Amino acid sequence: MEEILHKTAEHHRDYTGAKMGMWLFLFTEMLLFGGMFILYSVYRFEFIAEFHAAAKELDTTIGAVNTLILLTSSLTMALSIAALQKGNKNLSLFFQVVTMLLGIAFLGNKYLEWGTKIHHGIYPNSEYLLSLGKGQVMFYGLYFVMTGLHALHVLIGIVIFVFIFFFTLSGDVTSDNTVKLENSGLYWHLVDMIWVYLFPLFYLIT
Amino acid sequence: MPDGREKKETDRGFWKYEGGKTGLLSWIFTTDHKRIGILYLSSLAVFFVAGVTFGLLMRLELIAPGRTIMSASAYNSIFTLHGVIMIFLFIIPGIPVSLGNFLLPLQIGARDVAFPRLNLLSWWLYIAGGCIALLSLFTGTGPPDTGWTFYAPYSIKTGTNVSLAVFAAFVLGFSSILTGMNFITTVHRLRAPGMTWFRLPLFVWSLYATAWVQVLATPILAITLLLIIIERFFGVGFFDPAKGGDPILYQHLFWIYSHPAVYIMIVPAMGVVTEIIPVFARRTVFGYKAIAFSSIGIGAVGFFVWGHHMFTSGISDTSKVIFSLLTFLVAIPSAIKVFNWVASLYKGSIKVDTPLLFVIAFIFLFCIGGLTGLINGTLATNIHIHDTHFIVAHFHYVMFGGTAFAFFAGLHYWFPKIFGRMYSEARAKLAWFFLFIGFNVLYFPMFLVGWQGMPRRYYDYLPVFHTPNIISTIGSWILAAGLAMMLVNLIRSIKKGEQTGSNPWKGTTLEWTVPSPPPVENFEEIPTVTHGPYKYDEN
Repeated sequence: MEEILHKTAEHHRDYTGAKMGMWLFLFTEMLLFGGMFILYSVYRFEFIAEFHAAAKELDTTIGAVNTLILLTSSLTMALSIAALQKGNKNLSLFFQVVTMLLGIAFLGNKYLEWGTKIHHGIYPNSEYLLSLGKGQVMFYGLYFVMTGLHALHVLIGIVIFVFIFFFTLSGDVTSDNTVKLENSGLYWHLVDMIWVYLFPLFYLIT
Repeated sequence: MPDGREKKETDRGFWKYEGGKTGLLSWIFTTDHKRIGILYLSSLAVFFVAGVTFGLLMRLELIAPGRTIMSASAYNSIFTLHGVIMIFLFIIPGIPVSLGNFLLPLQIGARDVAFPRLNLLSWWLYIAGGCIALLSLFTGTGPPDTGWTFYAPYSIKTGTNVSLAVFAAFVLGFSSILTGMNFITTVHRLRAPGMTWFRLPLFVWSLYATAWVQVLATPILAITLLLIIIERFFGVGFFDPAKGGDPILYQHLFWIYSHPAVYIMIVPAMGVVTEIIPVFARRTVFGYKAIAFSSIGIGAVGFFVWGHHMFTSGISDTSKVIFSLLTFLVAIPSAIKVFNWVASLYKGSIKVDTPLLFVIAFIFLFCIGGLTGLINGTLATNIHIHDTHFIVAHFHYVMFGGTAFAFFAGLHYWFPKIFGRMYSEARAKLAWFFLFIGFNVLYFPMFLVGWQGMPRRYYDYLPVFHTPNIISTIGSWILAAGLAMMLVNLIRSIKKGEQTGSNPWKGTTLEWTVPSPPPVENFEEIPTVTHGPYKYDEN
């Protein structure tokens, strides 16, 4: 029976196949956000002036800092893969932890930013927001839903890194079997890319 | 070792190999694509019977005008459940997850799919989605009453348990995406040596095209459904004009997924049909590449026709004309397939067994469904028949008469491969006869009453529509009798059917080269392929 089991596909390793599966999954992520970008384009087109006015209320500094944090985390992510490929497990673990911490810092910033907005009475369906007019309602609706969905993805990414950290520690992810780490990296870069679009669309259109 | 091989043929192959677990656990934790296929097949059967029951209840309510057996609000819930179960739990997963899972690796000469554990996860998600959908019936504020389309603003305002039902559909979408990813990667990575793209059986081509649609379309549904939940909990207002939103936008997002989803349902069915015809006509299939590319063509064009669901919703005339034109374009690859099937039968040595009977029924019913689709897609006639029973008849002709009949054809065709036994041919033919007659008696009158203006989704109607509705309800009983006969015949034959060899139909695709039922590792040695899938020339 052991002999039979070894024949089954489960026990063979297909680097290219695993990568292909991940890319297909990333397509689905792009399309998921794509739906939101469609909504954004429609309402931006409908409420041009209001979107400009509302964007002025967002804190560009926090946005820029968060952009910097995420871009750096993509760098450390790539470095952790390179380190492992070169056989330096400890350095790879170090960069994985740094990536995680940067992700957490991003979420911390986001929490503060949302907190301030909510403190000022700006959140979906709030009385104050509704009094600002339709364009503002749509802008902040998109802002909360899109950055919220993105933050959820950052959170999922951090959870994935916890697993990968232990996989690397236990020897499940090694220098000749980096595909899990690489796929997590692909996911992280995609989340990063999406932020690269969210940042100008919400913060810089003033 | 030829001896070991002979032995496997009698030791019931993958049915006996439990992989270190026992009983039920050996099923629900299996990563064998064949066992997962069987898991799906049995779960689909359960949900299908549930969906049929709701359908029968609807027809019974419509046997006479006014209240017959249920209140108007109960009727709303029943048609919603019928739609949600049949669409999300039966026909969208349908052929790919059951027959596809079982046969894809066998047909390309592989031992399993590319990601066996993801495959199991997708079944678990499917079951989870199904359970959540059932939960939405019995908890909260009553079963959803929006119709399966969950149109805003009603889905956001209704007090019924929409959030849970929508979440169920979201989970099912995830399951569908995983299957799609798995199949695409499998076809790219695990083909046997010599199995070039144009030597793939056409069922594989259709699964491949379907998998792409699943991967690319389902995420849009996911975000749309999430938005309904977000709207219900937070009232953001994306679809609420009072807050600056636009309800039409919901319809756009919904149909951007749900029209391609129609091709997720029909394209694998066309693959099954293409697989069966050469075997029973003893001829190679006519126009292999045309059929393969038309699968891709339908999948691709299908992404750009969603607006034809919204001709009366208030979209611009320009976009209506464009969507109407694109809708007509879908007819071209569909017709290419039909012509190729008929041409494949021409001058064949046709043997009319049950699988072919279902296939012939498919072609006939699908043509009616498809051609009435052109009537729906024409701008002027669409206004007349929009939201009438004409539409109900149309999509049941393509979905039930098309997809489900092809599914039944595939079930009968591959039954001896899956179970190693043959069903009773006489009973199967009788069941087919009841199904075919019942189907037409049930759905054809709907074309007529729809054309005369009877709206869909109403539990009441004018007395003038009484006679066709009685006929239609009687048809539903004939159809149900046919279904019962077919299911009893198949289930009984799993244990009691006559043992068959590995290739009772004399098929030439790879799955017929292995014992029936197939052994757990599929192929003793991975075969080397030297010719196309349908090799009947020497006969």
